[in-house]
Amino acid sequence: MKGGLQAGLEYRGVDGAQGPLLFLRGVRHVGFGELAEVRSPSGQLLHGRVLDVNEAAIVVEVFEGTAELSLQATTVRFLGHPLHVPVGREMLGRIFDAFGAPLDGAPKPIADDTRDVNGVTINPVCRAYPSDCIQTGISCIDGMNTLVRGQKLPIFSGSGLPHDRLAAQIVRQASIVGEEQGFGVVFAAIGVTHDVAEFFQRSFQESGASRNSVLFLNLADAPSVARLVAPRTALTMAEYLAFDLGMHVLVVLTDITNYCEALREVSTARGEVPSRKGYPGYLYSDLASLFERAGRIHGRPGSITQLPILTMPNDDITHPIPDVTGYITEGQLVLSRELNNRGVYPPVDVLPSLSRLMEDGIGEGRTRPDHSKLASQLYAAYAKTKEIERLASIIGNEELSELNRRYLQFGQRFERQFLSQGDFDNRSFEATLDLAWEVLRPLPDSELTRVTQEQIERYRR
Amino acid sequence: MLPASRRMQHCLVIGENDMTAGVQVTLRDDAAAATGPAIAGEVIAVNGPVVRASCRMPIGMSEVVWVGEERMIGEVIGLRGDNATVQVYEDTTGLRPGAPLYASSLPLHAELGPGLLGHIFDGIMRPLEALAAQRGDFIGRGTHAPSLDRDKRWDFDPVLQPGTDVRGGEVLGRVRETATVEHRVLLAPDMQGTLAWVAQPGAYAVDEVIATVVASGGSREVRMFHRWPVRRARPVLLRHAPTVPLQTGQRVIDAFFPLARGGTAAIPGGFGTGKTVTQHNLAKWADADVIVYIGCGERGNEMTGVLTDLPRLEDPRTGRPLMERTVLIANTSNMPVAAREASIYTGITVAEYYRDMGYHVALMADSTSRWAEALREVAGRLEEMPAEEGFPAYLATRLAEFYERAGYVTTLSGAVGSVSVIGAVSPPGGDFTEPVTQHTKRFVRCFWGLDKELASARFFPAINCRDSYSEYAAGLDPWWQEQGVSDWGELRERGLALLGEDSKLQQIVRLVGEESLPDRERMTLEGAAVLREAFLQQNAFDAIDRHSTPQKQVLMLRAILHYIDRGLQLIERKTPLYRIKELPVRTDLMRMRLGIADSEVERLDALLATIDAQMDALAQE
Repeated sequence: MKGGLQAGLEYRGVDGAQGPLLFLRGVRHVGFGELAEVRSPSGQLLHGRVLDVNEAAIVVEVFEGTAELSLQATTVRFLGHPLHVPVGREMLGRIFDAFGAPLDGAPKPIADDTRDVNGVTINPVCRAYPSDCIQTGISCIDGMNTLVRGQKLPIFSGSGLPHDRLAAQIVRQASIVGEEQGFGVVFAAIGVTHDVAEFFQRSFQESGASRNSVLFLNLADAPSVARLVAPRTALTMAEYLAFDLGMHVLVVLTDITNYCEALREVSTARGEVPSRKGYPGYLYSDLASLFERAGRIHGRPGSITQLPILTMPNDDITHPIPDVTGYITEGQLVLSRELNNRGVYPPVDVLPSLSRLMEDGIGEGRTRPDHSKLASQLYAAYAKTKEIERLASIIGNEELSELNRRYLQFGQRFERQFLSQGDFDNRSFEATLDLAWEVLRPLPDSELTRVTQEQIERYRR
Repeated sequence: MLPASRRMQHCLVIGENDMTAGVQVTLRDDAAAATGPAIAGEVIAVNGPVVRASCRMPIGMSEVVWVGEERMIGEVIGLRGDNATVQVYEDTTGLRPGAPLYASSLPLHAELGPGLLGHIFDGIMRPLEALAAQRGDFIGRGTHAPSLDRDKRWDFDPVLQPGTDVRGGEVLGRVRETATVEHRVLLAPDMQGTLAWVAQPGAYAVDEVIATVVASGGSREVRMFHRWPVRRARPVLLRHAPTVPLQTGQRVIDAFFPLARGGTAAIPGGFGTGKTVTQHNLAKWADADVIVYIGCGERGNEMTGVLTDLPRLEDPRTGRPLMERTVLIANTSNMPVAAREASIYTGITVAEYYRDMGYHVALMADSTSRWAEALREVAGRLEEMPAEEGFPAYLATRLAEFYERAGYVTTLSGAVGSVSVIGAVSPPGGDFTEPVTQHTKRFVRCFWGLDKELASARFFPAINCRDSYSEYAAGLDPWWQEQGVSDWGELRERGLALLGEDSKLQQIVRLVGEESLPDRERMTLEGAAVLREAFLQQNAFDAIDRHSTPQKQVLMLRAILHYIDRGLQLIERKTPLYRIKELPVRTDLMRMRLGIADSEVERLDALLATIDAQMDALAQE
């Protein structure tokens, strides 16, 4: 083929296939990252992306996998642009696959536009600093790890823990004090089971959020490489809703662990040098290209708040997936198997949990002047309680000092009254903070060194 | 592909060849502007940020090239025969074989002149505000803008007369860059000769000629800015041992693990342990003249946070907004990875430039791990043989080169200046045995290890006093003596000894509980608890607590140690410990960090008297 293949032309036959990758030789004028349409011998249309171009060959990653492709009868067409997906207002209330094709049986909605799934980098100068706190009605979040509009706050969970319930409750209850407008919801299922997807779908329907929600499903039985596309399609839609239409959008991405597994699968097939646990060295940059698609922009009314969910393999927070995620996101909510086993819902282990944007979203004029120092006091007291519990398990409760026993009382109250709440228990900031002072009651004033004397006098009635 | 060692040799050779870069660069640039850059070759392979091209023109290592019709910026990192390997500082999606490659004849450089302070740049020194003005809210590809605003006019005030013999690095004139910082217009370090002409005082743009220098090679024009290759350290006359502390206002650092001006420090810590908040606090409160803050592979919102905070916060020394003394370099985690590698070098070049004017500069790099990972990613795409955890074998060399650019120096013009470097490290899994932390430890002399347990209890700064160290502390004692604080060394040693003893006792307490220890040892535990809560802990978000002057720190430390001394005396006389803990003055001690401002230190003297009064009363009983 003289002059090589031009964009838009179809190229019959490939030179190699391995895992999700196809290799084509003698092809020129194909751009890095370009979208390819692959037609299988049986006529099925598949999609792929160019991963590498060099003198010897070009490498195409096929999202649906290369099963049933033959070297001779497969045709590949290069489209001359990266993957674009449809976005539009009419997509609200609908269900799509990873590429934005409808899955709910209804006709294809009219798209307002098509956008590059990779998005574009927001200039840091144009970002507006997130400072509007969201009231989720959940005490351990609102009181101690306040979520802010434009933040990315993942839930670090483990298999079998109620992360889905918690995410659904946040979506159901999230509101801004004093604002009427609710949140739009963009949901991406990445390699999760039908049950999980259905749970969210039902939950959105019951709360009436489904009119303002879009679901993108790549379920566990769908091709794994398409998992790399599903969150990007969802975020492209979220960006359109937020920055073009001015909506406040909550994005739920579940499960990031499946996304990372797919990334490792492709990396291994390409023979790349692995870093920790076989994950590619660019795991950080790649996840950042998802998580950084959150925030607010000066002069645009909307916002994107991300709630990614990831299940920590073997409950290990130092595993590369939670580890790298924690370095990118603005905090994390960590769920505890131990609390869950004791029947505490939501089983949020507050000590390793964190909201980095909390300080600028709370305090006088936003929530209450005592919020920051009170939260710090709860952390200090609960950390000390945990230490005393360890001591008590060695020397027994009887040997503890009076003060230490008071700490244990605080710990009980904290877990049973403050942490625990029902699925439909929606507490205001005021109620959460009052409750915090209430559970601190067993401790004497002299132990409350994180709050000021004035705050003790004013709020510790 | 060239092996890493050979590639580095190439870098060195280039370093010697372009010794006159400061000037030649300017001349060649003008020529290029007239004719447009020449097509030097065409792209033959693209793999993420790594592009290979076959060249028909000679091209140099470290040379800046423009790739594709969009003219994306890249740098040559390997040469073999006619093939050049280029790392591209922008997203290469859509780039095709056959696309043109343009040569610039310039090494990767920074423009150094007035107009850097108060602004934010990307990893290759493009001004982000100008990019926003050109392209809007999103960073497009192939956007070009000079680092320094060409339209802005600066009031130039010459200090030298024509006829003066000048050497590189000499101060030609002054410009008021911001209300806080006077910019000294420097002759490029590699120029010398006789000043033939100097412009009259007046307003000039940065690219206007403000002087001519005659040397044996002919006459050269001098502008208010010059360019410098970022990968090469700017020369100095002399290096000195660091003996002056960099006051950071952070008690645990200044009192126990102090950093000297011109020193190096590393802050390693897992996610959520407060690296970034600590770095931000240093950027806000360190008593440096100029701050260079590099956000390397970190969060976009964090850079926005810095951009929002600094213009609003007041410099305690000058009363002016902190932004006026700050240069920000941002390569957020979703910006191209190759520019992350460059950002560290552009940042330190800017820091050296202000040092050369005779300023004390503090540079924060958050995080050097992301920079190391960028090295790893590019090395991986070049299919280089990996060493530990996939990092290239030259990781340690690169880290050493970076940290060695810090120092307390006499500049070429004879002034005294310094660059202090504080690098955050983000070890995977919070494990300090990983390569970046380990190699960094070899080249820094101050180590502030952050601790997950402390962070969980929201005890900030979460600096772990057992792992941390400062090799500068002993050398700073004379400085404190000069300030009239004769007991600084002693206070520091006593404080550290107390914490050491405490950590030994805590091991016993964990097994048998505190109650079973004798009162004397329990008083040690009590003393350490007060030291931790009342002194080491510092709330970055509290208007009073976020900063403590050296004087206040010394008084606070004296008060706490005095409380412990007097308490131990009482215990010798069989006063029970609980009576001491019940004294109202204990609560005063615990709350002094939140209640007593820097300007009210006399209240700390009063606190000493109160301790004595209450202890005396207790002894009377």
